[in-house]
Amino acid sequence: MNAQLNDAELAEAAQPAEPAQPDTARPETARPETPHSEAAHPATPHSEAATAAPPAATPHRDAATVNAEYEAEAADAHGDVTVDELDLAAELSGVPSAKATADVAEYALRLGDDALILSQRLGWWISRAPELEEDMALGNIALDLLGHARSLLHYAGTASDRSEDDLAYWRDEHEFRCAWLFEQPNGDFAHTVARGLIAAIWMQELYTALTQSTDASLAAIAAKSVKEVAYHRDHFVQWTLRLAGGTDESRRRMLVGLTDLWPYTDELFRDDPLHDRLGGAAPRPSSLRAGFDEVWDAVLAEAEITVEEFTNPKIGQSSGGGRHGNHSTHLGPLLAEMQVLARRHPGATW
Amino acid sequence: MVEQRQPRVADVEHARRIAAAVVDPEVPVLTIDDLGVLRDVRDEDGTIVVTLTPTYSGCPAIDQMRDDVLLALTAEGYRDVRVDFTLTPAWTTDWMSEAGKAKLEQYGIAPPTHRAGERSGPIPLSLGVKCPRCGSLRTREVSRFGSTACKSHFECLACLEPFDHFKVH
Repeated sequence: MNAQLNDAELAEAAQPAEPAQPDTARPETARPETPHSEAAHPATPHSEAATAAPPAATPHRDAATVNAEYEAEAADAHGDVTVDELDLAAELSGVPSAKATADVAEYALRLGDDALILSQRLGWWISRAPELEEDMALGNIALDLLGHARSLLHYAGTASDRSEDDLAYWRDEHEFRCAWLFEQPNGDFAHTVARGLIAAIWMQELYTALTQSTDASLAAIAAKSVKEVAYHRDHFVQWTLRLAGGTDESRRRMLVGLTDLWPYTDELFRDDPLHDRLGGAAPRPSSLRAGFDEVWDAVLAEAEITVEEFTNPKIGQSSGGGRHGNHSTHLGPLLAEMQVLARRHPGATW
Repeated sequence: MVEQRQPRVADVEHARRIAAAVVDPEVPVLTIDDLGVLRDVRDEDGTIVVTLTPTYSGCPAIDQMRDDVLLALTAEGYRDVRVDFTLTPAWTTDWMSEAGKAKLEQYGIAPPTHRAGERSGPIPLSLGVKCPRCGSLRTREVSRFGSTACKSHFECLACLEPFDHFKVH
């Protein structure tokens, strides 16, 4: 990306697109531009200690061995670190004590991974968004998505006696089932908005349909999630309109963002044999396309963006492959950062 | 009167009162009962089972609420206490008590303006939100996402104070 403005300036430049707003006397909150570095995630408070520790463990030692070693090390290095069994909410899936079938678990894993990976991506923006309110908004959206991920992964884990944490922290890259859209880098703020827009419109269609699932737990999780996703969609629609209708620069960036993220859209709507087996437990992905297109087209029309401005016939749509464990090069580094704390200090709490 | 009741019924009623008095850690003027988070208290073969529902899926306060309910009940002498969570039916601000709304406003947080069912359509129609400090309706939404997931961030154009609004959900 050829960034001439940082994201704070981009947002400021796009300000005129909000005619209803009176003079806001918004404080200048420009920050150093670091939109492309994959710096430590704020949710890993002990990562400094971890990187200062001896070289990483070999990958094949079991959790108990790693635990014992690092418990000793942690007790030595940090007097206040407690290592204990995680006492997470056990019943945050829709129906207490419901057990997922293998197929439903695989489906829940896909949706849970989408939410988890997007949440991890959005969390990066905290302290880096163009304005303080946006730090909070993206943080709130990430928190909602993390809640959806917890419910879905907890439910998925009931089929194999694994906890939500086992699934989030102890699976390797090829075991993740997220679509490529969610693992793409944040890019600049306009890229994050473009990805958020595609994701939120899709999720709203998906969760609306999933409330009719014959699987009571999936239906309950969907009914909870759809109310929250509605806020996310509204938020990214507002930013799309604001950037597209702002300055030449903000519009140009919005179009670049859409151009770069749009190729990952089709993967969300591809049916595969799992959906045949699920029957009434889940909507077929292809059945969500018409509803998505209707909202998408309405947003673009209001933003005065034509399809030709962000699609390139030579590029087309990505083949993806995330649903079967084939991922882009971006997922590995994300997982390394997300999982390092849990793997270095198994069972750590703070 | 109390001692004449069946012990089991009396226990549940008492346990319900204790659980209902636990406050929201984020908005300590509201009890979990005011908030509509306390869904059920029952006696399951001698175990007091309390059912809570989270406001938002990712609300970090829910674990604290569970711990506070457990502590409050064990402090009252209950030995076997369990807290369950349920997602269904999904929480709505329609369950917030009128007393709770009044307490919120007094605390400086604008309460939900209307019932959740009244919001519809792709572009939500927003009602004027009254400033909890000066009462003016000349306010504007700064951000749909406030200090917690359940609140949006407003500013008052009359007294110029920022405030939280407990958003209709």
